[in-house]
Amino acid sequence: MTNESVWRAPRLSLRFWPVFLRNLLVWRKLAIPSLVGNIAEPLMWLVAFGYGMGALVGQITVDGAQVPYILFLASGSICMSAMQAASFEALYSAFSRMHVQKTWDGIMNAPVGLDDIVMAEMLWAAFKSLFTVTAILGVMLALGISHSPKLLLAWPILLGVGITFSCMALVFNALAKGYDFFTYYFTLFLTPMMFLSGIFFPLDQLPVAVRVVADWLPLSNAVALVRPLFMDQWPAHVLRHALVLVAYATVAFWVALALTRKRFRR
Amino acid sequence: MQDGAGCATMECMSTPLFRVQHLHKRYGDAEVVKDLSFEIEPGECLGVIGPNGAGKTTTIRMCLGLTAPDNGSVEVMGLHMPRDALAIKAQLGVVSQFDTLDPDFTCAENLLVYGRYFGMKDAAIRARIPQLLEFASLTSKASAKPGELSGGMKRRLSLARALVNDPRLLLLDEPTTGLDPQARHLMWERLQLLLQQGKSILLTTHFMDEAERLCTRLLVLDHGRKIAEGKPRDLIARHLEPDVVEVYGNGALALVDSPLRNMAARVEVSGETVFFYTSDAASLLSALGAHTQLRTLHRPANLEDLFLKLTGRQIREDA
Repeated sequence: MTNESVWRAPRLSLRFWPVFLRNLLVWRKLAIPSLVGNIAEPLMWLVAFGYGMGALVGQITVDGAQVPYILFLASGSICMSAMQAASFEALYSAFSRMHVQKTWDGIMNAPVGLDDIVMAEMLWAAFKSLFTVTAILGVMLALGISHSPKLLLAWPILLGVGITFSCMALVFNALAKGYDFFTYYFTLFLTPMMFLSGIFFPLDQLPVAVRVVADWLPLSNAVALVRPLFMDQWPAHVLRHALVLVAYATVAFWVALALTRKRFRR
Repeated sequence: MQDGAGCATMECMSTPLFRVQHLHKRYGDAEVVKDLSFEIEPGECLGVIGPNGAGKTTTIRMCLGLTAPDNGSVEVMGLHMPRDALAIKAQLGVVSQFDTLDPDFTCAENLLVYGRYFGMKDAAIRARIPQLLEFASLTSKASAKPGELSGGMKRRLSLARALVNDPRLLLLDEPTTGLDPQARHLMWERLQLLLQQGKSILLTTHFMDEAERLCTRLLVLDHGRKIAEGKPRDLIARHLEPDVVEVYGNGALALVDSPLRNMAARVEVSGETVFFYTSDAASLLSALGAHTQLRTLHRPANLEDLFLKLTGRQIREDA
């Protein structure tokens, strides 16, 4: 009976559900303050930049169509909010539960496997991100930034964005020795990606070499799917963009699982 | 139950509550557990004692399927680790060395949330919560969070949490470490109650009085190997002389080279104290009466003496 490979197929079951419920119960106690924190900052950025810069920039050309800058920014920054909310939860909060509070160790003494715990954390971070995104969407609708009925479709896509970034964050959660490690992930990976994904300015003004990289970033693919829906249009190359996100999520979840198993194997 | 009394069928005898066979674990070059085998009979409290680094926690982790052994098997109620890990854990109660209580939940919520991990329905868990809190003497603390509890209360909440699924077997890793005497005695009382109810316990501990008081049988581990096994009183009788005379004070160490030495079967020195292990304490004590500057303590040999004899008095590097 030797050690099984950490790369073996995931063993997932409905036993993840009580773990998800556990996180929901904690969050319910802190939902209102956490919601204010989660949506206040992105909205301030949106309003300050959107109306302030928007007055300077005026209209912006996207795929041949003229749109107000605030609409351009809103459709990109909603993806960024999904990314940040999911990343934050799957890094700092999951790490607290895994490493600081030893909550996962306690759960594993009950009949719940590590694979199910990792999946519960992944779905939980995605759910929290969806909640944040929903609140921000609500404010955007109230501000009249977009009234496109296609926004209903943006909602499930943003859940997919949350899942993708949860999976990716859990890879770094599995590798972390302390909270400081996550600063690298945010400053060296997420922040540059924000600027290379067409959130604040269109990508066509970037050099070709940079655009090639940008085309394969998960966030730029998310924006490519969501932005046309804000403009009441259908996105082009839906399958390609969706597949890129699914590929990131699948590979990242598998790697996260393997590294987490390794971490807990001792 | 060692002769299988109470077991009417062969099947019953061949599937013990808990059986570990030829367990082996190495980390790199270090052999942490070497060829370890033991069983737990129903209703028994098996104590595992050993110095730090003896392999106790690794053994517990292998018993729980959290660490895969390099060799050997763990069998619980006819199921096998790690293949049937989840089915086994459904019937176990575990209190780990460090509390893993949820700091954001009240005591009652901690029990509710933990019960859900066993697939229990909320109504069934809620029905059990009052008696679990009562058992842990925490009824008045039902709405308190772990941060508001004392160390002893937290350990009792951990014990109550481990009982939420009404397990037949409890695995307790150092359940009283860090507790004051009152809290420790209350914990012992609760564990004895559980044994009376017919539960079985596997317990690791550093406290010999705890082991002597609670455990029906003991396993002494050192350097990953089982070096002794048996009932506490039998082990003491087998390995030690019945009496110990401790001598300290000015000139005590000189006794080691004096004729008094021959009045004891074995003499040990630790710091400034000389330990005489003897079957004839009376003659030794009267001889010591001549040395008025010395102070003596006469007591029966206990488990701590046995432990120190078997594992040595030196401090372990990893201690």
